[in-house]
Amino acid sequence: MTKQDTSPAASADALVLYGQSFDSRLLLGTARYPSPAVLEAAVRRARPAMVTASLRRQGAQPGEAGQGFWELLKRLGVPVLPNTAGCYSADEAITTAQMAREVFGTPWIKLEVIGDDYTLQPDTLNLVQAAEQLIRDGFHVLPYCTEDLVLCQRLVDVGCQAVMPWAAPIGTGRGPVNPYGLQLLRERLDVPLLVDAGLGLPSHACQVMEWGFDGVLLNTAVALASDPVAMAGAFADAVSAGRTARMAGAMQPQAAAQPSTPVLGTPFWHHAT
Amino acid sequence: MNVLINQTPVELPEGASVADAVAHLAPQPPFAVAVNLQFIPNSRYAAQPLADGDQVEIIAPVTGG
Repeated sequence: MTKQDTSPAASADALVLYGQSFDSRLLLGTARYPSPAVLEAAVRRARPAMVTASLRRQGAQPGEAGQGFWELLKRLGVPVLPNTAGCYSADEAITTAQMAREVFGTPWIKLEVIGDDYTLQPDTLNLVQAAEQLIRDGFHVLPYCTEDLVLCQRLVDVGCQAVMPWAAPIGTGRGPVNPYGLQLLRERLDVPLLVDAGLGLPSHACQVMEWGFDGVLLNTAVALASDPVAMAGAFADAVSAGRTARMAGAMQPQAAAQPSTPVLGTPFWHHAT
Repeated sequence: MNVLINQTPVELPEGASVADAVAHLAPQPPFAVAVNLQFIPNSRYAAQPLADGDQVEIIAPVTGG
């Protein structure tokens, strides 16, 4: 599903992160699905660029951990993006990232440093510190952050080649709660931006792609849908539609109505009885 | 010596290493290990000594978002 961007087969509009090219602009989480079988079917339907995974002490819920999940990941053949979910300090996140690199055999890491239990809002200060260290250690860091412009700029300054601002708190499905902030971020930063967390509907994903975001990472909106497999397909279609619309160039909204059908030669024009 | 392996108290012989802690839990691969919040690469399990009170974390892949 991935290929180096040096390949002549690489799409002209492929998502490129840290020099690696991806066919899809959707990244999909693997948690909270009704069953491993549904998860597998959803991933196969969505064909995401990457699937996220995490690390926990052995003994977590059956089907969501251990050998069965590992075998499923290998069977899917989709690149894995490990996360540092559950970490509340830079040290915890750095150690978890190092463990993830060994377990999953990948330098990619979705960096999460949580600062608030209720909102799962990132600890922005420790996030930058952890990102800087991990970049120095050779990781491909995708930081989960807020839409704060200066924070995102700092993440870029320390070497992050892409940034993942939230749309809303994790798992809320509220869609973008700060459209102004997200659109301003898109205008001000040149690096790939992926919206991570808080999307609930395919229209949310389509909207942020129309704004020019480079990709979307989501989990709960698919996993908790009545039909997760169908919803996975809907999100994949929405991401693709939003991207196509962005590239196509939308018309400018007009203040007054303008006839789309030519009026010249209209029969009976203004001949009301 | 007494150590915590995944938050469970375990008694290991004096001079035990991370390899001994891993052997005690016998986790299914793949897994990774940290001691006192420091990552221990798998190539160093045998050479990494443990001390009384050390906290050993052995973690494996799970679903995530």
